[in-house]
Amino acid sequence: MSVTILTLIILVGSYLAGLLGSLTGLGGGVVIIPLLTILLGVDIQYAIGASLVSVIATSSGSAAAYVKEGITNIRLGMFLEIATTIGAMVGALIAVYIPTNFIAILFGVILILSAVMSLKKKAEHIHQQKSVLAEKLKLNGSFPTPAGAVPYTVRNVGGGFFMMLFAGVISGLLGIGSGALKVLAMDGIMRIPFKVSTTTSNFMIGVTAAASAVVYLQRGYIDPGLSMPVAIGVLLGALSGSKILVHTSSSGWLRVVFAVVVTFLASQMIYKGITGNI
Amino acid sequence: MIEKMTKKFKDTDMQAVIGWILRAGVLVSMSIVFIGGVIYLYRHGHTHVDYSKFVGVPDFVSNPAGIIHGIITLRGRAIIQAGIVLLIATPVIRVVFSAIGFIMERDFLYTGITMLVLLIILASMISGHAG
Repeated sequence: MSVTILTLIILVGSYLAGLLGSLTGLGGGVVIIPLLTILLGVDIQYAIGASLVSVIATSSGSAAAYVKEGITNIRLGMFLEIATTIGAMVGALIAVYIPTNFIAILFGVILILSAVMSLKKKAEHIHQQKSVLAEKLKLNGSFPTPAGAVPYTVRNVGGGFFMMLFAGVISGLLGIGSGALKVLAMDGIMRIPFKVSTTTSNFMIGVTAAASAVVYLQRGYIDPGLSMPVAIGVLLGALSGSKILVHTSSSGWLRVVFAVVVTFLASQMIYKGITGNI
Repeated sequence: MIEKMTKKFKDTDMQAVIGWILRAGVLVSMSIVFIGGVIYLYRHGHTHVDYSKFVGVPDFVSNPAGIIHGIITLRGRAIIQAGIVLLIATPVIRVVFSAIGFIMERDFLYTGITMLVLLIILASMISGHAG
């Protein structure tokens, strides 16, 4: 395939991946890797490198807006970044020794988990219980609402920290933001309000991805010819997605459609991984 | 009370700086990637490419000296790679400025935590080079 045609196909595909990833909250990385590997026959190592670059672009771009609004808990993000960057470094370092078909299968499993999580009902919970560790680490905070600042407390710091290590390894290994796992750690384990969980997760994704990208950059995973259309496409798609989100409130049916598409892609990845065809 | 207010002021100050760095970093780096992409397509648009087998990246974009030489000679992929390196650096620069912010707030616990994150990224960079 010629450079021009491949670039245009990837640009359109990445735009759609970024758009859907932003509308459903799953992120663009989970769609771009199956798109490149299954549909375009790109080696999974190049796909991981290109996805990682797009993850940094989108998370940094949207984090900029959230940080200014004061929803993001910067101290909490900073503290948990210790876990995610260690995990990401380990993930990127062991990726070299893991067979690519195993990585494809693992990717499929994480993809299905993310899709299921995106369908779950989000209940906003705000807790006021005291945790000694959270107090010592100054993790408790408040977030702005139309009715004024709402304070919240953080629970189970150790459990959340451990889950973030795992999220970092997955991010480093697969070249995705693993936002679903980060939200699971903060929303599910540490009981942080959903709005704070998602924006703080987004804030951490860029640093986490950078910690593994410095390894992949030196190992030749990040090809400029491939990363260029992927990063531009996903970023523009995510920007469009955030514009649409402001105007429409119900994206329920879209989540279902996306979950079905993602599950299909995931089963393809698992199948190809098992048959050694990746 | 006054102490609390100055602290609050600095927290929002840091938020503004961090937000600005992230936005500027993405804007500048992606513009460089775009310019490099246009040059790459102009010069190699009809070249045949194949990404089905992993063979790493071309020599001239695999090290800083090659990238700098490539930029001077206006090679599209070298310019793209420079933009990508800047993009990867953006969140790291954000961490550096967070550290400065915590020092200014005299929050030494978080100055330490932020330094630790920087050290981990540095370790990752070195281990990637060695491996």
